Amino acid sequence: MSTIQSIAGELEPHPDVALVERVREGDVAAYDELVRKYERQVFRIAQHITQNREDAEDVMQDAFLKAYEKLDQFQGNSKFYTWLVRIAVNESLMRLRKRRTGKMVSIDEEIETEEGSVPRDLADWAPDPEQNYNQAELAEILRKTIQGLPQGFRIVFVLRDVEGLSTEETAETLNLSIPAVKSRLLRARLQLRERLSRYFHRKKGPGETRNEK
Amino acid sequence: MKCSEFLALLDDLMDDSLTPEVRADFEQHLSGCEHCEVILNTTRKTIEIYRSHEIYDLPAGLRERLHAAIMTRCKKSC
Ligand SMILES: [Zn+2]
Repeated sequence: MSTIQSIAGELEPHPDVALVERVREGDVAAYDELVRKYERQVFRIAQHITQNREDAEDVMQDAFLKAYEKLDQFQGNSKFYTWLVRIAVNESLMRLRKRRTGKMVSIDEEIETEEGSVPRDLADWAPDPEQNYNQAELAEILRKTIQGLPQGFRIVFVLRDVEGLSTEETAETLNLSIPAVKSRLLRARLQLRERLSRYFHRKKGPGETRNEK
Repeated sequence: MKCSEFLALLDDLMDDSLTPEVRADFEQHLSGCEHCEVILNTTRKTIEIYRSHEIYDLPAGLRERLHAAIMTRCKKSC
């Protein structure tokens, strides 16, 4: 549909730009539209950081309210979505700090890892690992697994791989350097892979049955 | 290329930001190393599985409560 425009080299503005403009002019329905568009993402990020459902609900409310009130400060040179994500991340970290009073919460926390270590297990996954579990079991496995990651790895993985931010956007959102984002992402991916392998590895042989231990 | 070098470049491969030369090295290592092939495939699968499954359901009624809260803050005629 925009082929002719693309050929002409014209850049189409992001659809959020028009929505934001309408909200600024007092159109609340346009804000509802932005909420519908991004509520899942904001809630997921809040859940992944706070690991608490009530907190995540509060964060979602607070983040969207804050974004609404600060919309005049929003500069059109960044995407509305990444701006909103940044607010959601900050609100989530604030909520965590409130819960663990006295204890510093930081995504900069030192993370112990064996740098450059090569994973040793060679177990390939079954062709369709998801088939061995129903949806509820699978969700539980995925939740448990990602909750076990260090906070600083988990947030990077969620923003980059689940929510689709670029390396640069993730770095900016978390106030990390680009190399830090990259190294955390790699380690997050490898740790998740290793942990999921316990559930998804290929069964030993065709003779193996459900009742065998 | 050693397995550790392969691993260090795994993200760049998945982000498709390798130079053609490094990519060729990478593929050569891959064709002879079952270990790294498994790691590459299962890492891809790890990302995909987290992308395609909603593990935290959005609570019901949250959007309505938010809408109500926004209406009370609405300064202009809405
Ligand atoms: Zn190898």
